[in-house]
Amino acid sequence: MQTRKDKYKQVAYYPGCALEGTAQPYNTSTKAIAKELQLELKEIDNWNCCGAMEVKNIDPEIQTYLSSRVLSLAKNETKQDVVMAPCNGCYHNLKKAEYDLENKQKSRDVVEKISKKAEHPVYEAGEVETIHALDWIKFGIGEDELRQKIKGGLKGLKIANYYGCMYTRPRHIFPEKDQGGNSESTSKPHYMDDLLEVAGAENVEFAMKTACCGGAHTLSDSDMSTKLVLNILQAAEAAGAEVIATECPTCHSGLEMHQIRALKKLSKQTNVKVIYFTQLLGLAMGLGPREVGLHENVSDSVNLMFDKGIV
Amino acid sequence: MRDLTQLETALEQELNPDDPVQAATFLLHVGEEVMENWLLARQKKPTDTLREGFRILALHRQGAKGDPSFNACRETARELVYHYNLIRLDPGHDETVRRLSMMQLLARHLVFFISGKLQEAGLGEFCCASKPSRLKSN
Repeated sequence: MQTRKDKYKQVAYYPGCALEGTAQPYNTSTKAIAKELQLELKEIDNWNCCGAMEVKNIDPEIQTYLSSRVLSLAKNETKQDVVMAPCNGCYHNLKKAEYDLENKQKSRDVVEKISKKAEHPVYEAGEVETIHALDWIKFGIGEDELRQKIKGGLKGLKIANYYGCMYTRPRHIFPEKDQGGNSESTSKPHYMDDLLEVAGAENVEFAMKTACCGGAHTLSDSDMSTKLVLNILQAAEAAGAEVIATECPTCHSGLEMHQIRALKKLSKQTNVKVIYFTQLLGLAMGLGPREVGLHENVSDSVNLMFDKGIV
Repeated sequence: MRDLTQLETALEQELNPDDPVQAATFLLHVGEEVMENWLLARQKKPTDTLREGFRILALHRQGAKGDPSFNACRETARELVYHYNLIRLDPGHDETVRRLSMMQLLARHLVFFISGKLQEAGLGEFCCASKPSRLKSN
């Protein structure tokens, strides 16, 4: 029987729009560590928007179709059984589409109708497994093998791991989670903690791992988003963290932008740095700051990495 | 019952580290009052029942009924209870001051999150989106 390690050695890669825009460093570092870990990413050609929140709010069935097209391409064009989406929004939407296609006749009807009109194979639930970048490393490499790849390590860097809300909610679209053993927890996720601990970090106990960052509120009420983010940044600092590790482009951008805004609007300064977990893993494996796109982050963490002797 | 602005102000005050259990109880009650604000704004009578021994968890459950995006603050409420328990069990612990400060931040998160949701009910939709399937699960 094929193990997850075998299955995840080569996966279809779905970066989504954020990783080609504001989250470019996440894309750069994901590809860089894939190369180091000898994991093959086969980017899906001609991928489309997952439906994000905009489409979903207008017509959830159209969102299901959009995500199903990505899954169909992964299966039929990229010829993969596993699709890896590092963006929480994309990951969430592909999982939601999978759930809807398995459980709702209406979703199946809409997807069939539009797919036929668009002249591509109709995606059927179960044809492809959707995973997050955290699953990909946790099981495609595993902690023991990852430990062997660590060179300088993170040298006790104090990290608050922030997962955001879409990685675990709603829990019924993630049937593989909360299964005990080595499965992920929806109330206290730990995969990022596990990987960064292997890389030499000191994870702090962080009470706001899945707290809302106000992402959906940024345009309608920026001040409330700033307050929510400032509170998360302050909680990370109160927990003793030097860095907040992220795995969601929306959260990452929100934390970086509102950290600056909190200083400007509320005169509240926080110094905790915001870094993608893939960037941290890359640094721990001996990659340079530029190779993992550290200089592209808004939150300037280069000096901290030098001070800590990590680069 | 204090409104959300009053609760935000109340959370600015210094906590008494000499009586951590009292301070933790105060913060837990602030969390309950935040939930009450949400329920009353939705024309629901806040429950006096307990869930897992805590009213705030029962209030959260009541608030999320028919409005699954409210679950975006479920873990925050649970963390508030968790920290309360830690302080209650061992008030003299070295970490008590830090735990109290974390409770303060958690209670503040509830104030901001629910203030946001009262202005724009869609807050939380992005995260626990997929509304149709969520409604089904409830």
